[in-house]
Amino acid sequence: MIGYVLRRLANYIVLLFVAVSLTYVLAATQLNPRSLFLMRNPPLDPRSIESMLLSRNLSENVPLWERYWTWLTNVLTKWDWGQSPMGAVVNDEIGARIWVSLRLLLIGTMLGLVLGVAIGAWAATRQYKISDRVITVLTLLVVSTPAFVIGHVSQILATDANRRLGYQFFEFIGETGAIHGEGWWPVLADRLQHLLLPTVVLMLLGLASMSRIQRNLMLDALGSDFVRTARAKGLRENKAVMKHALRTALIPTATYVAFTVATMFVGATYTEKIFGFRGMGAYGIDTIQGQDIHGVVAVTAFAGVCVLVGAVLSDIFVAILDPRVRLS
Amino acid sequence: MTQHSAGSQGVGPAETAPAPAEVEQPTTPGARKRLSRGQLTFRRFLRNKTAVVGAIVIITLAIIAAIGPELFYWKFDDIDYDAFLKGPDSNHILGTTQAGRDVLALTLRGMSKSLIIGFMVALIATSIAALVGATAAYVGGFTEKAILWIVDLMLVIPSFLLIAVITTGGPQGPNAWLLLVVLLAIFGWPLSSRVVRSLTLSVKEREYIQAAKFMGLPAWKIIIRHIIPNVSSLLIIDATLGVGYAILAETGLSYFGFGVQAPDTSLGTLIGEGARMATTYPWVFMGPATVLVILVMSVNAVGDGLRDALDPTSGSGGRA
Repeated sequence: MIGYVLRRLANYIVLLFVAVSLTYVLAATQLNPRSLFLMRNPPLDPRSIESMLLSRNLSENVPLWERYWTWLTNVLTKWDWGQSPMGAVVNDEIGARIWVSLRLLLIGTMLGLVLGVAIGAWAATRQYKISDRVITVLTLLVVSTPAFVIGHVSQILATDANRRLGYQFFEFIGETGAIHGEGWWPVLADRLQHLLLPTVVLMLLGLASMSRIQRNLMLDALGSDFVRTARAKGLRENKAVMKHALRTALIPTATYVAFTVATMFVGATYTEKIFGFRGMGAYGIDTIQGQDIHGVVAVTAFAGVCVLVGAVLSDIFVAILDPRVRLS
Repeated sequence: MTQHSAGSQGVGPAETAPAPAEVEQPTTPGARKRLSRGQLTFRRFLRNKTAVVGAIVIITLAIIAAIGPELFYWKFDDIDYDAFLKGPDSNHILGTTQAGRDVLALTLRGMSKSLIIGFMVALIATSIAALVGATAAYVGGFTEKAILWIVDLMLVIPSFLLIAVITTGGPQGPNAWLLLVVLLAIFGWPLSSRVVRSLTLSVKEREYIQAAKFMGLPAWKIIIRHIIPNVSSLLIIDATLGVGYAILAETGLSYFGFGVQAPDTSLGTLIGEGARMATTYPWVFMGPATVLVILVMSVNAVGDGLRDALDPTSGSGGRA
């Protein structure tokens, strides 16, 4: 068992190494940090541009292989992921942004998952009734709406609501704003006001896809022989559904949840950009627009780690929940 | 990704067994015609009202995208110097952008671009997935291991970022969207190829495959003639849901300016442009956003309907 886990882990590390190296090569050949300095007005001295790029290991006059080697040794020996063309340290950026993402995403993602499971399972028990049909159409609508459309629509609605209310209740730019008053309560209230709208958006997105998945799983479970047996031996409907159908239908969900929570950090690109949260998802976009080779590679590596952690977590979850896997 | 995995659930091995029993036994011999598999699937599909509406909407949108530009006075690259950022009126039905371009004409143009990209990507990605997945399972051994490793590698890399990196440094100009099609297709196949592989693993043990093998048919002929047709129900569903995935991916990239480039436009480019002032001048945003949501929703509804219609164990289509 342990040998198997270690072998898989080794395979994952090789996978990640190749993926990150490929990304480095792609980013280093496709992005052009020099263009940032050439656009400056008044123009900069070409020699000072060159020395600046050289000091940050970004000059394309150095052979790609040499740049890659310098970058790799820095990462492996000093855990130094490099600098942006403008000199920002990638390690510091990521260190700060992870917490921004966590603060933004934790509540919304969790609420979305829990409510999604509940709604999906409930809809399955009422298959083809009005309530099920309404839920199905509504979740289809949300799943088909891109995150950026939902985000902006929520902002349009919030602006309208603010106008009606006569004061700025819904905040949608940034993590914090102007704080009115003394003490800890205004600070907290301000943060909550800024969290409200993006949390609702994230919750809706998670809820919709989760409830669709859970409804399918639950329908499969409800139609299975062991639930029929449970009913046939005279169990109450409630007990047959909750204890026999729902428990089985939650096993695949657990693996999905493990995966979602792990990949949560890089999944909220649109929400972070639209609501002005400087988190990890927004960092991916900012680095590409800022020709920041080292930043892009670091985000990719981070996302890759998230995916692999999610995969390992879901393996473990299945082993815990499914006796067939655990015993074999 | 969610859509893909959800889409592949509930699809049993492509059944070679005939249609459900109640269809096969006519009340009096010869009185009712025996339904072919295609007719049966079609009937089951027609029972799902949401899916039928979705199909009609897609066809209508495609027709509007094709002939719409001929019907309206303003073309997508026209500039009306009398109307900058004007709200909807009789002259410009959906209003104008900051540059004085007609939002309706732009939306139609963007819709046709998004539709073309969506269908091309889905077709290419599903074809690759079918060939690669079936080959991996049928050939087995080292080839299978290598293919699975590449699939894992592509699933680890965040495709959105990588495509954005490549298009940022890639060629610009009127044909740059073809690169986008290629990139979206390259990153679109890995997940579905895994599903195709696991289906092929069960199909390849069937007698007719064994028979073909012992008759001396080469592997590639067996794959194309006997394996792929027998996983076709999965492929149809996958391609349909793939259209939705591709449209969402394309508009998402274009929203940030990594996809279709100006002067050409896609729904994502338009939404991105309109979003900056969505709270003050909502019409530039609302037109294309509504069209996008209707389009993707219809594609997903058709995908769901096809899944139910093609899945022999599903009861949701009712009795055929």
